[in-house]
Amino acid sequence: MSNAVDIAMNRRSTAMYAGRPYVLLERGWLAFRSTNWVPVVTGFVEPVLFLLAFGYGMGNLIGDVTTGNTTIDYTLFIAPGLLANSAMNGAIYDSTWNVFWKLNESKLYKTMLSTPLGPLDIALGEITWALIRGLVYSIGFLTVVTALGLTPSFWAILAIPAASLIAFGFASFGMAVTSYFKTYQQMGFINFVLLPMTLFSGSLYPISVYPDWLEKIIMALPLWHGIELVRAFWFGEINSGVFVHVTYFVVMIGIGLFVTSRRLRALFLR
Amino acid sequence: MNAGIDVPTIQRFGALYIASARLKSMSKWRTIIAAVDIGNPLFYLIAVGIGIGVMVEQGSGTSGTNGIKYISFIAPALLANTAITGIMDETVFPTIEGFKWRKLFFAQNSTPITGRQIAIGVYLAALFRALFAVIAYYILLLAFDVVNFGISILLVPIAVLGGGAFGALMLFAAAKIEKEDQFFNILGRLVIMPMFLFSGTFFPLTSMPVYLQPIGWISPLWHATELGRESAFDYGISTTMVVVHLVFLFTLLVIGLGLATRQFERRLSK
Amino acid sequence: MSNPLISARGLTKKFGDFTAVNAVDFDVAKGESFGLLGPNGAGKSTIMRVLAATSQRTSGTVEILGKDPELFGPLVRAHLGVVPQQDNLDGELTVTENLYIYGRYFGLSKKFIKNKIEELLEFAQLEEKRDAKVEALSGGMKRRLTIARGLVSEPDILLLDEPTTGLDPQARHILWDRLFRLKEQGVTLVLTTHFMDEAEQLCDRLVVMDKGSIMAEGSPASLIKQYSSKEVLEVRFGSDRNKEIAPQLATMCERMETLPDRILMYTEDGEKLLEEITHAGMHATTSLVRRSSLEDVFLRLTGRTLIE
Ligand SMILES: Nc1ncnc2c1ncn2[C@@H]1O[C@H](COP(=O)(O)OP(=O)(O)O)[C@@H](O)[C@H]1O
Ligand SMILES: [Mg+2]
Repeated sequence: MSNAVDIAMNRRSTAMYAGRPYVLLERGWLAFRSTNWVPVVTGFVEPVLFLLAFGYGMGNLIGDVTTGNTTIDYTLFIAPGLLANSAMNGAIYDSTWNVFWKLNESKLYKTMLSTPLGPLDIALGEITWALIRGLVYSIGFLTVVTALGLTPSFWAILAIPAASLIAFGFASFGMAVTSYFKTYQQMGFINFVLLPMTLFSGSLYPISVYPDWLEKIIMALPLWHGIELVRAFWFGEINSGVFVHVTYFVVMIGIGLFVTSRRLRALFLR
Repeated sequence: MNAGIDVPTIQRFGALYIASARLKSMSKWRTIIAAVDIGNPLFYLIAVGIGIGVMVEQGSGTSGTNGIKYISFIAPALLANTAITGIMDETVFPTIEGFKWRKLFFAQNSTPITGRQIAIGVYLAALFRALFAVIAYYILLLAFDVVNFGISILLVPIAVLGGGAFGALMLFAAAKIEKEDQFFNILGRLVIMPMFLFSGTFFPLTSMPVYLQPIGWISPLWHATELGRESAFDYGISTTMVVVHLVFLFTLLVIGLGLATRQFERRLSK
Repeated sequence: MSNPLISARGLTKKFGDFTAVNAVDFDVAKGESFGLLGPNGAGKSTIMRVLAATSQRTSGTVEILGKDPELFGPLVRAHLGVVPQQDNLDGELTVTENLYIYGRYFGLSKKFIKNKIEELLEFAQLEEKRDAKVEALSGGMKRRLTIARGLVSEPDILLLDEPTTGLDPQARHILWDRLFRLKEQGVTLVLTTHFMDEAEQLCDRLVVMDKGSIMAEGSPASLIKQYSSKEVLEVRFGSDRNKEIAPQLATMCERMETLPDRILMYTEDGEKLLEEITHAGMHATTSLVRRSSLEDVFLRLTGRTLIE
């Protein structure tokens, strides 16, 4: 039997990392089992509702959509965008409101940091948890749309890792931003930024309807890259754009992780 | 000893005291409230109205919207939705706070003010916020030439009526629930979001499959939206239907408020 | 002290310009129960956080089991059980889940923790509440659970910040009993309190703190002996008359403290003193003779009471 001290010595824990991010997953699972499943279930319902409303209701008004040189049914057009969107929403929920709560109200992270765990364990663990949830969402959504006959290419299966990447990016970035917020009113700011990004990033219509300058701004936002990435796989159009989108998210993840673990350290180990 | 407390006056105006206290605490967040109340529907108007508007024109033209420009078509719905979400925020949060988080209602109730007056006071303050937001939004619609000034001014009272009908039910629900942890999630994702999507907001209710249409029938948003379109654009609704919409909304309001005041009295005397 | 478990020299902590802890020195020996006694704001919690390796000192040296907590944070924390001033149990989990997951934070094996949980539930007298959510526990139960949680890693040192503040008298006594057991088992306890009775009950040795500085150090008995008399006579003449009468009383005892509501007279024989006062024609509305306590030590050292 090895005790806490041996473990701390063996692993040669650093102040930042004890090598145990998985205990956060264990905790996440325990909490999920008893109370936290509601947001997950409702989070899954949301994109399906959007698909029904916009696909079937709106589809009647719009008919087909032409992007580039292909013309497709409107419902088919929005499906990949909604997947990217729901991956983002799930990740944001877990990494912002949830993290805000644990930082400022329940002080869970403070408790964790009074044990040998380090800030990087927490950042990695929480983000992985958000990631797993994003994964569950996207598998669920993909199943529904496949049943509805909205996945034209076998490549669409790659939308799942793509959605995970999106979730990872938004989770790490969202957590970093949240670590700077102190009040619920500041948190309202997150929704305020997310809504226009969601609406403008082209999940519901091609951004080519906008003037050039607005198109450029939208193309700098992460959600647009996410939507385009999922779309590329969905329709089996793998090209160099995919590489750009992936790189965008990898950078986002790196910045988010770095800032989050630095902030946790500054907040609680001072 | 009597410090000049005038019980009959309190019995007459107690609700107004509560309402003014609520408005005072709201005014602390006025910048954020204004930004959210006006910003959110504005984003929808621009993104969906213009973005999807372009596609609708390329698709069915205005034949699907009774000859109304798409952006104008969705404006009354967004206006009514602003009232609904505004009133919901100002009934649900203060009520749960008053009963549970800070137990303010119990303190207020230990004065001659009754539970009924507290309920009505909270409700009136919420209506007032919605009125403000709706007027501001209506002026924006005029400025953007989305609606023409005239009888369309009826959009304002109609939106507040729609919000008031829904808000009365929310007032009751918030006073009824004992455990609020998942309430917001369920409310947001399984009530507000579907109502927003399936109430003929972005396309006529009739363009959805029949089995989805009942969501609209019971939704205050649909009734208020139809009335609003009629007042702003002569949408072509029969007088009978106008009466039906009005009766529905008023009935909901009266029932909701009746249930809410009774529930306030009960919970305070428990 | 040879080989202390904890040793602090010139420990100072500033928040901006404000000095919360001012150059304090102390040692804690293995198996000892060591207390920091002082009023609110004395700097007790700040010291506890430095010891727990969750706060960086401004200057001075600290060693815990020979290691600087700032350089060996995770290792030092592996030796410690921490019971913070505010309970910070995991509200989303049950009693057993709280103990389990906390052990996992230390990297302990599932099997080890599972066995340990039974022992801890019994220790904390929470067997019946094992599957209850934290919210459903009373204040005393939460406190016991927090302590049990701190013990899951079998720490060498248990840090307790105000273990019984906010509890009713019965819950306090249960808790004291639990802490006595730990003491008997040889766990080194470091605790803070602003209750003099708690300090007298639980501490082998303590430091009296005020405004970030240590005013005195010793065992409860030796401190009382050094800074106070054997007995204290408390007399009241009514709020308005206390001040007026005080000068006449001053000559009759070794030392005297005039508080807003009563006068404390330090003497070797309280009953005798009371007789003398009555004899001199002064009739107190109420009077009480008691033994000197740490409260009197604090009053002597600072001119103020512990609980204001
Ligand atoms: N993070 C902080 N920032 C600024 N001041 C602090 C902080 N923590 C404690 N203080 C101040 O330091 C002093 C000592 O606080 P604390 O150690 O909590 O006292 P105690 O535990 O003895 O009541 C108090 O005046 C408190 O206001
Ligand atoms: Mg303290």
